[in-house]
Amino acid sequence: MSRTSRRDKGEGPPFVRIRLAIAGLFMLAAYAVIGGRLLWLAIDEETPSRERVSQLEVPVLERADIVDRNGRILATNVPVDALYADTRHIWDPKEAAQELARVLPELDVVELEQKLSSGAAFEWIKRDLTPRQYASVRALGIAGLAVKREQRRVYPNGHSAAHLLGYVNLDNRGIAGVEASLDTTLRDPKRGGEPVTLSIDLRVQHVLEDELASAIETFSAEAAAGIVLDIHTGEVLGMASLPDFDPNAPNYDPNNADEDTKARMFNRASLGVYEMGSTFKAMTTAMALDAGVVTINSTYDVRKPIRIGRFTIHDYKPKTHPLTVTEIFEYSSNIGTAHMAMDIGASRQQIYFDLFGMFKPAPIELPEVGAPLLPQKWGDVTTMTVSYGHGIAVSPIQTAAAFAAVANGGLYIAPTLLKRPAGTGVPVRRVVSENVSAEMRTLLRRAVTEGTGGQADVPGYPVGGKTGTAEKAVGGGYDEKSLISSFIGVFPALSPRYLVLIILDEPQGTEETHGYATAGWTAAPTTGKVVSRIGPLLGVRPEPIPLEVTDGATQMAAQSDR
Amino acid sequence: MISFARSDKNALSEWWWTVDRLMLAAVFALILSGIVFVLAASPAIARRNDFESFHFVWRQLSFLAPSVALMLFASLLTPKEVRRVAVGVFCASFILMIAVLFVGTEIKGAHRWLSLGPMSLQPSEFAKPAFLVVSAWLLARAAGGRSVSLIAAITLLGGVCGVLMLQPDFGQTMLICVTWAAMFFMAGMSMWWIAVFGMAGIGLAFGAYTMLPHVSARVDRFLAPDQSGTDQVAVALKAVSAGGFFGVGPGEGLMKHRVPDAHTDFIFSVIAEEFGAVTCLLIAGLFAFIIMRGLTRAQEVRDPFVQLAIAGLSLLIGLQAMINMAVNLSLLPAKGMTLPFVSYGGSSLLATCFTMGLLLALLRRRPQAAERWRWV
Repeated sequence: MSRTSRRDKGEGPPFVRIRLAIAGLFMLAAYAVIGGRLLWLAIDEETPSRERVSQLEVPVLERADIVDRNGRILATNVPVDALYADTRHIWDPKEAAQELARVLPELDVVELEQKLSSGAAFEWIKRDLTPRQYASVRALGIAGLAVKREQRRVYPNGHSAAHLLGYVNLDNRGIAGVEASLDTTLRDPKRGGEPVTLSIDLRVQHVLEDELASAIETFSAEAAAGIVLDIHTGEVLGMASLPDFDPNAPNYDPNNADEDTKARMFNRASLGVYEMGSTFKAMTTAMALDAGVVTINSTYDVRKPIRIGRFTIHDYKPKTHPLTVTEIFEYSSNIGTAHMAMDIGASRQQIYFDLFGMFKPAPIELPEVGAPLLPQKWGDVTTMTVSYGHGIAVSPIQTAAAFAAVANGGLYIAPTLLKRPAGTGVPVRRVVSENVSAEMRTLLRRAVTEGTGGQADVPGYPVGGKTGTAEKAVGGGYDEKSLISSFIGVFPALSPRYLVLIILDEPQGTEETHGYATAGWTAAPTTGKVVSRIGPLLGVRPEPIPLEVTDGATQMAAQSDR
Repeated sequence: MISFARSDKNALSEWWWTVDRLMLAAVFALILSGIVFVLAASPAIARRNDFESFHFVWRQLSFLAPSVALMLFASLLTPKEVRRVAVGVFCASFILMIAVLFVGTEIKGAHRWLSLGPMSLQPSEFAKPAFLVVSAWLLARAAGGRSVSLIAAITLLGGVCGVLMLQPDFGQTMLICVTWAAMFFMAGMSMWWIAVFGMAGIGLAFGAYTMLPHVSARVDRFLAPDQSGTDQVAVALKAVSAGGFFGVGPGEGLMKHRVPDAHTDFIFSVIAEEFGAVTCLLIAGLFAFIIMRGLTRAQEVRDPFVQLAIAGLSLLIGLQAMINMAVNLSLLPAKGMTLPFVSYGGSSLLATCFTMGLLLALLRRRPQAAERWRWV
């Protein structure tokens, strides 16, 4: 074959070069389509593309986070996979059920096989798959199984604040605690995923739980509850009830739970109602002063027990001389307080109690709020017994709010679990005058320094407060051995900002308490421990602790003065 | 750096002066970028399968040296040797293809792989280039008027397609048929023959759709996409949009967490998501260059066998890349096909490099075409 021109270069049959070119053109056209498609997809601006993939990855947040007052997460969501079956595509239900039960041993084979052979287009198999379970199910490669991305509620602090947070059901609806009471807010799409900020301070909550746990341990108590309250804003900084539960896995069926589980789920701080005992004397004394029936120097004869009908009112440690109002409060005299209550009178007492919020369930953002148990008729006996906290049962949170009004200048502020933004007004209701409140602060301090609450005091953080010891009502009577011991303290004593309430259910005396289980020996020291730990956390400036100053130190101080 | 003088007569320097260096550069660009992309896409898959993060990266790197060596070695062959090697490899891999039907590992419902200790080999990957070279030889002879060769070529095509459909591997069958048909066309067969084969091809494709359930399922899903957005193609499409022109950044993509084949069949959309459409255009451009370079160079070759084999091999690589990209961009129904040089897969990389080696060997400047060689 002769080599002539370029055109004849191609060997073999004719048209080969043209056909090569045609093939090339086809390929070029195909690649042009690919390039065009790439550009078209890249330009595609109809929907912000990044958003589309992120929607693909994580579904829209259904439930807002819950955070504490400092933004620490209390409740959040993690995406989990939920396994379901389109049973129309299951080839062999029996085999599929066996395979599934092998990797998810908690499922029942028989039940699974029934589900898988139901012919339904949608059948839940298991929600909340762990990533490992998801991988092993996927590895089975069973046709007709698919997963749905779901959100699972998670409480990263475990048991902490369990009662007040509550928990959600399988469908992520709140069924207890603030999860239930704020359910609508948490699911409100208009909030745009903004977390709900509680008034709780996680650090305070932790201290409270820690000290309650060690009090239960030390005094072999059945249970315990505690509240830390900002008395000027009504914000609850901590609220705990022990024993508690893990909101991540409440496993609670109210219709079919044993006593132990019920006890764990029960929020003693808000749902439980107790005869609070002598802590009520703070309210009675404040109302007596406010009504003008006494001054702090008025005296009452407390040497004889009061007999009225079949009732006798005793004092714990009978006194041999008349007591002033200050002394009555210091020594926690039932007789003196009862006399004061009679001077106030039943009707005024009821008005004051109503103002203190004693007659209605505490207005707090929880579904678990106990209604007070009130006396059926309000005769003289009632007037006297309720004055020192007997014959009336209220919840600890109710008591805390009332006690706050005694100490904060006389204003009742509804307690709240939501953080109040700085600068917003706090709705208040005057109960007693500012002067009376100031006098009460002095009395509360004296009850600690001179009276039964001495063990609540903390160096640097002076505490004012009142003990309360009540016998548990058992079968219509009272049981001297079963006590509810409580202490309510405010600090710093004379210009208080925070209130700590501790209540112990059936504490037992120890060697160190000389066998006493009364509040002064149990709840008071627990309060002191809480105060000493949360005082620095809350930025309360400690008062200088008086020191024994040696001569050398004086000289050094004098020198440095120069 | 070793330098070769043009006058040197040893094999290496001769190879260096005769090899198509632009083609070689394109291939190395693809292989090197492939490592980067596997690095971006595979750790997510590795972790999902309980492997160490860089499991697939190390594996891919360990296949790199043998693959490149195989390519360079193959490129040293003369056309005659290429034909002989092709015949040998074709016979061996065809036997293995039949063997995997009985002893092969079943992966995702298909018998395509042969387990060889730590790696699995897909014989059809090697059969493809070998078969096309053999076909080029037969078709070139057929175009020269030997009808025995034509019958042999058609018989071989039928055999290969039959075995592939038994695995079943519809994608590879399509690829081989289309490439073979293109070669048949380019060989200069009469339009009458082409019409007959065109009808037969359409008939077979329709038959596959109606007779084979998994083929019809895939085509149906392509024609009526699942709106739930969960299948691989839908996810890939969203990923490509998400990437825009310059991508969301290496490692930042989300698609690889959702798609099981993100490091193999769907690596192109991962590239689009993380590195952007511009990078994808560059990759597509490299493949387009490989085809056009092959077809242009084929124009200048005299030997009909060499001409047809060059065209066939470059089409094979270019078509496979095109189909893979088209699937990623939802232009074609999903089929198991890797992006040559780029996708993870030792067997695939080895076979693609073998294909390229044969192509490079045929493209080498030879005395009879010497005056046509231009440095581009």
